[in-house]
Amino acid sequence: MLIKKADSIKSSEITDKKFYLNRRFFLRGAALAASTVATGLLYRQFAVPSAEPPAEVEKIAGVQPSQSAGSNASEGLTPRGDITNYNNFYEFSTSKTSVAERARNFITRPWTISVEGLANKPRTFDLDGLLKVAPPEERIYRLRCVEGWSMVIPWIGFSLAKLLNEVEPLSSAKYVAFQTLYDPKRMRNQRSNDLKWPYVEGLRMDEALHPLTILATGLYGETLPPQNGAPVRLVVPWKYGFKSIKSIVKINLVADEPPATWNVAAPSEYGFYSNVNPKVAHPRWSQARERRIGEWGTRPTLPFNGYGEEVAHLYQGMDLRKYF
Amino acid sequence: MKDIKFLKVIVFTNSLVPLALMFWDWLHNRLGANPLEFVQRTTGMLTLIFLLLGLTITPLRKLTGFNLLIQVRRMTGLYAFFYGALHLLTYVWFDKFFALQEMVADTFSRPFILVGMFSFLLMVPLAVTSTNKMIKRLGGKRWSRLHKAVYAVAIGGVLHYYLIVKADTSLPLAFAFVLALLLGYRLLVNHLDEGKAKPLSIAPQSRR
Repeated sequence: MLIKKADSIKSSEITDKKFYLNRRFFLRGAALAASTVATGLLYRQFAVPSAEPPAEVEKIAGVQPSQSAGSNASEGLTPRGDITNYNNFYEFSTSKTSVAERARNFITRPWTISVEGLANKPRTFDLDGLLKVAPPEERIYRLRCVEGWSMVIPWIGFSLAKLLNEVEPLSSAKYVAFQTLYDPKRMRNQRSNDLKWPYVEGLRMDEALHPLTILATGLYGETLPPQNGAPVRLVVPWKYGFKSIKSIVKINLVADEPPATWNVAAPSEYGFYSNVNPKVAHPRWSQARERRIGEWGTRPTLPFNGYGEEVAHLYQGMDLRKYF
Repeated sequence: MKDIKFLKVIVFTNSLVPLALMFWDWLHNRLGANPLEFVQRTTGMLTLIFLLLGLTITPLRKLTGFNLLIQVRRMTGLYAFFYGALHLLTYVWFDKFFALQEMVADTFSRPFILVGMFSFLLMVPLAVTSTNKMIKRLGGKRWSRLHKAVYAVAIGGVLHYYLIVKADTSLPLAFAFVLALLLGYRLLVNHLDEGKAKPLSIAPQSRR
């Protein structure tokens, strides 16, 4: 084996110290830059900035302003991009900023809604049939999430009462039960155990018939994007957002109080009624104040989300601390 | 030693990257519909991540023999404290607007806030005694015993996260799993070392 002796390296071949240090400096700079970029990319994996996806929506023709009392909130509208990129829709994702992307390819035609149970004329509507029940109205409602944030949303829809009248409820029908589509192939997070699927909700008959309770099929003058509950969802503006069930496939008229998903998941935290009530705190959130999306400060939460004049009479004589 | 200095520069810079990107996204209006919630959640997660990173250093050092790592443990802990302080600030400032009474009421009526506050307050003495001077002043043994409190901080932090989540507990449980591994490792090592009297040694770290 040939081993070079140390003195066989000529002094002229030894790298000058200056260059050696330069090289070291360069390598370190590169290492620092590379690691910083890697950390940045890792951060981006988890903290995704929201961008509006190209949801396929169509303009809705013939929208009329609503005549119902309380259906035109006078506050400034929440920007469309915020409404469509900040969604609680656990069927797609438990991350509010991921729902829009995960739901982008959710196809909602064909779609049927079966209105059944205690009714004279139970019936299954396809989407076009449903849209013919009543002309579309614009309803500008406050939406208060149980998590302490709120929006002002220009929904398009019509009173649920108009649909219920079509099927002629029997007098024995005291409650209305709603059900979301169950299809884990299309709603991927239904494969998880995050909630008991399908999502179900319920209203008392007088709540369901109240003119402010609507079936929404659009927002901002266009059909609902998937992440907001396409093709048809409930909107009950005086209750916390989770009562306003999305992507409905079944409406059942029943005699007894039906189960409601969040109530079943955590009965001590979410009641059947879930009326917006600043005086009844959620165990993990005070409900006294809320942050309006787009604002830095917080504002006081109003009883019944500001719809007390229209709906408080429905609960006369009820202890709303007990029936929260 | 120059290598230690460079390692520290790497860790220091990388630890600031999330904050820098958050600030960048804020400037460009890219934090989503609810920027405050985003910043609050992200700073909370970063606190937990740095706590777990700090707790990973000792096992990793022992398993790999990469002893230089111990030189960045203090910095990792201080970053946990830093992001924890930012996390608390978002609550004090933007949720409660410095209303002390409200915060006290909130703390004692909501277990997750109580646990979070406790964990943060427990970090304060650890951060204060993190300097070489304080290590000398307390003596290695006492300092070491005091800093065992970081285990309670981490457990409290993960519990705080678990308690706030509404339904999907997968992330808090993932943090809990990693924490259990890290604490389990220590229990195991302690158990194996029992009987062998082993002096605790914590020397003041090199500053450079």
